[in-house]
Amino acid sequence: MITAALLAALSLVCVAAATALAPARWPRRGPSSGIVLWQAIGLAWGLAMVGAALAVAVAPYGRGLAFGLVALVRGDVPVALGPLRIVALAGGTALFGLLVSALLASLVQVGLARRRHRTLLALLADGHPGLPGTLVVDHPAAAAYCVPGVRARVVVSAGALRLLARDELQAVLAHERAHARERHDLVLLPFTSLRWIFPRSRIVRNAIDAVSLLVEMRADDRALSEQPRRLLATALLRFGASEPRATPSGTLGIAFPAVSQDPVVVRALRLIGPSPALPRHIQVITWGTAGALAALPLALALLPL
Amino acid sequence: MDGVNRLGYLERTVMNVLWERGEPLTARDVGRALAGDRDLAHTTVMTVLDRLAKKGLLARQRDGRAWRYRPAASRETYVAELMLNALDQTRDRDAALARFARSVTGEEARVLRSALDEIERGRGRGG
Repeated sequence: MITAALLAALSLVCVAAATALAPARWPRRGPSSGIVLWQAIGLAWGLAMVGAALAVAVAPYGRGLAFGLVALVRGDVPVALGPLRIVALAGGTALFGLLVSALLASLVQVGLARRRHRTLLALLADGHPGLPGTLVVDHPAAAAYCVPGVRARVVVSAGALRLLARDELQAVLAHERAHARERHDLVLLPFTSLRWIFPRSRIVRNAIDAVSLLVEMRADDRALSEQPRRLLATALLRFGASEPRATPSGTLGIAFPAVSQDPVVVRALRLIGPSPALPRHIQVITWGTAGALAALPLALALLPL
Repeated sequence: MDGVNRLGYLERTVMNVLWERGEPLTARDVGRALAGDRDLAHTTVMTVLDRLAKKGLLARQRDGRAWRYRPAASRETYVAELMLNALDQTRDRDAALARFARSVTGEEARVLRSALDEIERGRGRGG
């Protein structure tokens, strides 16, 4: 039962870590470190929850989770499994099945949506002589995005071409190519898949928001290696304010509303007044913590307790 | 052009013919409409129409011994569908597309505009 208790404690630690990490600002100074930490928390949480339930079930073997599971699968049942063990076994298996099915369901849903989108693009979008590898959709609203996949497509609307200066457009395209190259969609997918299981969970929603913001910042940073910071910032500001809408008249202040958590505002602020990148040693600690967190459930499963 | 690209190009051309004509056409009609710029085998036209129907982009109905095809929706409807996906103004974010930025409204949009003015004025002063 010690393994079960430790795994249950680990899953609680993961929930606490997710709650603390969601509003934290420091990961924005090193988005890739933040993303890796989020992935480790998510993975450790899932494994620890499933592992804790299964560890309760195989506790009578007294030789740890991994040993117990192997013995159980072999049909090696030492003592009668009481109702508690049966419930724990069913619960752990069900939770594992649920997590895997949610992931598969998300993959299928996203895959179908992308296929439909690519079909329509093939019929409606045109190439652009000045922008090799980019598709243009003739519509006045401003849009720029990529359809991720093995053969990703980067798409801009005619409205975006009108909205942005040529160099700004290059910065936006560099951002989108970074999404496509680093498969940020696959980073996000396990988190969004949790919505199938916990549609109302505030922690899940905050985690998704935090990871998507970090992924955008990562793509911003990649774009900065190709284009000057000011161009990406003005492109982002133009995009964010592109909705033609009557604005309430009043005094014009320059300061951002300090409370605004809108991703566009947060990203723009970060580009205009950048804070220094995370120091090397903090990055190392973050990656180390992430690695340890991801390895811990497996280590606990092997522990003969 | 490889096979896949050629089929994609033909699908697009056939859809454009059907959108322009605005009436249900048979495979023979479509072939005739395309005859001007390319000579296509009748079976190729049939294949393309069949693929488009399977994708749900064409609706078809019997007319004697032939099928008549028409677009399932107008070109504008499909452009609107693309853009609704692309702009994703719903809060329910999905991972299907990776968008550059979502536009904001009201106070936040006003603040973004003034920040933009600020940057551009600063740049003007700096030369």
